[in-house]
Amino acid sequence: MTRHIQPGPSGPGLVSRLRSWIGPLPLQQSLVFIGVLLLFAFLGQNTADSMHRTGLTPGFAFLSHQANFEIGESLLPYSAGDSYARALAAGIANTVKVAIFGCLLATVLGVALGIARLSGNLLLASFVHAYVELLRNTPLLLQLFLWSAIIHALPPPRGAYTFLGSVYLSNRGVYVPSISVDGLSVAIWLPSVVLAIFAALAIARRLLAGSALYLPKVFGAAFGAVVCCLALAAFGLTASVDVPAKGGFNIRGGLSLTPEFAALLIGLVVNASASISEIVRSGIQSVKAGQWEAARALGLKPAQILRLVVLPQALRVITPLMISSFLDLTKNSSLAVAIGYPDLVSVANTTANTTGQALEAIIIIGAVYLTISLAVSAVMNLYNRRVVLRAESTR
Amino acid sequence: MSQIELAPPVAPDWHRWRQGLFSGWGNGLVTLLSLAAILWLLLPFIRWAVIDAVWTGTAADCAAETAGACWAFVGAKLRFMLFAFFPPLLQWRPALVVALTLALLVISAIPRFWSFRLVPLWVAALAGGWAVMAGTLGMAPVSTNHWGGLPITLAVSIAGLAFAFPVALLLALARQSDMGILRSLAITFIEVLRGVPMIAVLYVAMLIVPMALPSGAAIDKLLRAQIGVTLFFSAYLAEVIRAGLQVVPAGQREAALSLGLSRIQMLRLVVLPQALRAVIPAIVNLSIGIVLNTSLLAVIGIYDLLNAAKTSATDPNWLGFYSEAYIFAAFVYFTICFTGSRYSLWLERKLNGAGRA
Repeated sequence: MTRHIQPGPSGPGLVSRLRSWIGPLPLQQSLVFIGVLLLFAFLGQNTADSMHRTGLTPGFAFLSHQANFEIGESLLPYSAGDSYARALAAGIANTVKVAIFGCLLATVLGVALGIARLSGNLLLASFVHAYVELLRNTPLLLQLFLWSAIIHALPPPRGAYTFLGSVYLSNRGVYVPSISVDGLSVAIWLPSVVLAIFAALAIARRLLAGSALYLPKVFGAAFGAVVCCLALAAFGLTASVDVPAKGGFNIRGGLSLTPEFAALLIGLVVNASASISEIVRSGIQSVKAGQWEAARALGLKPAQILRLVVLPQALRVITPLMISSFLDLTKNSSLAVAIGYPDLVSVANTTANTTGQALEAIIIIGAVYLTISLAVSAVMNLYNRRVVLRAESTR
Repeated sequence: MSQIELAPPVAPDWHRWRQGLFSGWGNGLVTLLSLAAILWLLLPFIRWAVIDAVWTGTAADCAAETAGACWAFVGAKLRFMLFAFFPPLLQWRPALVVALTLALLVISAIPRFWSFRLVPLWVAALAGGWAVMAGTLGMAPVSTNHWGGLPITLAVSIAGLAFAFPVALLLALARQSDMGILRSLAITFIEVLRGVPMIAVLYVAMLIVPMALPSGAAIDKLLRAQIGVTLFFSAYLAEVIRAGLQVVPAGQREAALSLGLSRIQMLRLVVLPQALRAVIPAIVNLSIGIVLNTSLLAVIGIYDLLNAAKTSATDPNWLGFYSEAYIFAAFVYFTICFTGSRYSLWLERKLNGAGRA
């Protein structure tokens, strides 16, 4: 007797896939879900009622109204009388500004401290250890308060402290040299920045791949950069360094950081550099001693061992942790509200106080931070799938 | 046969110092350069904090041109910084509660005393502490609006951990479960709370919760902040516990089920003991994070340790000694958290060693 094999469906259908996603106890789960929905509906209804009682209409219509408060400093042009939407955008820009500068500086300082911790010099390593412990065991908000108090206790500009004649510390702010580039339109520098980033990424990829043949390419890229600079200079580009200098009662020139921005930036950078130095240290120490020994046995020089053997492996550990500490720094920048720097949370808080639309203000804060967090974790998942897991499977 | 344990040879101290500081030309140079840098950084601070400091006296002594740090201020405002606006005559209450809490913490930190009997003890301590602070049983009542300082920092941290634990356990189990709807709810809750800054959660507790309650109902401000802190940390704790659950091999569950245990029994007797044991050090680290982050209560106007220290410098008699106040608060936080992080390291070594043996 022959058995007839019935051609079955090519895969599980939509309904059965949904059923297997829901899993056991579908009824009880649905009840929980409905309960959560009802709870939120109840709370939402109460909130709407409370708002109506105080004469507010729930919704985002207030965003187009005039905001009658000033913002201490802002990257986007803003003045009292512009709309609330513009005020919040200025707040977001300020958050992004402190986050970007904070991440850059914290990386530089953190990597330097991490290397110092590994240097094998007892004094330097113990000093960095003490620094890390001190910063990790006191609240960040307290550190920010202290930095803010220190900066406000500095002498006025006339008697400002100065380092190397180019950095001035005063109670009106911190002044650092700035590089200004003239004769260069956005149409040129934007593409060149993008190109530079791509070049850096390509170099980092080569480093990650651990190929020994990347040096010519680096030289090639450097040569290309020099040629580009010369070409741009030929088109009338001049770069000049503007060093601040004391003039009368104030300090002129350079890049001036307001006391609030300076306190927030210093506080965030110093705090994050402690975590980053630990990440760098543990990342490099995660490479087993056998790897160093094997590389040495193959006759590689110390610099080569670091570049070709240790760093490519350590970076796999370091990168995800580093990105999560960048995310922490960005979220921590919300403490700006406590020391008077007008970041997103601070502007949203002012908006909530002047309009009474607290719910909407908090929804905006949450939405902005969630977008950043989820975008970063999506990139992280991609990185993990491409680099970390691939490395695990080939091991 | 008895085993003889030989300790590894240890180089004498001076030898290790010389090796670490002057093993070669390069190292010696690094030592000298870092010594110079450290002195350059620290000498002005030491000058301010020790040499020029005013240890006793009044604000007038501290106002002198040459005066450095005004530690007399810390002496004068010590009770305010520790207990804020608690009525001065009744400050033995928060002092007693803090002392008993610290004693209980030390007892709970010793693995020998770990048992479920600690749970009712802590419940009793939390309830008793609240009763003594608020003033029940014929004692003069003190409103929570007057509570402040170190007791608030400790109470919010400990209650935050205690209440966050069951929530986090359920969230972690839901996130690991094969029930899609529950899993999605848990993931949404965890990712939303981990994605926003804590200050946003505290704003919700302060500004939105009063509006969201039915009209007429009201929750105490401190309690609202406590709920915010608890929910915020339950999301982080859930991820810590989930990491522990992932450590338990699937074979353990399968073996437990094949022995005829119910799913609840499997969790309670097989999975959770192993999972939680694996993450105890991580939980201790998270608790340190809670203590540090309760300082954010200062932003929403609750007088925790940091806010009490900040406010103490607004006393008209002692105006503007912010740095001294913050350094004192930093010292208290550091003592608590550094002890905690050393303990966590010790515990990790101890538990790992026990696991291997």
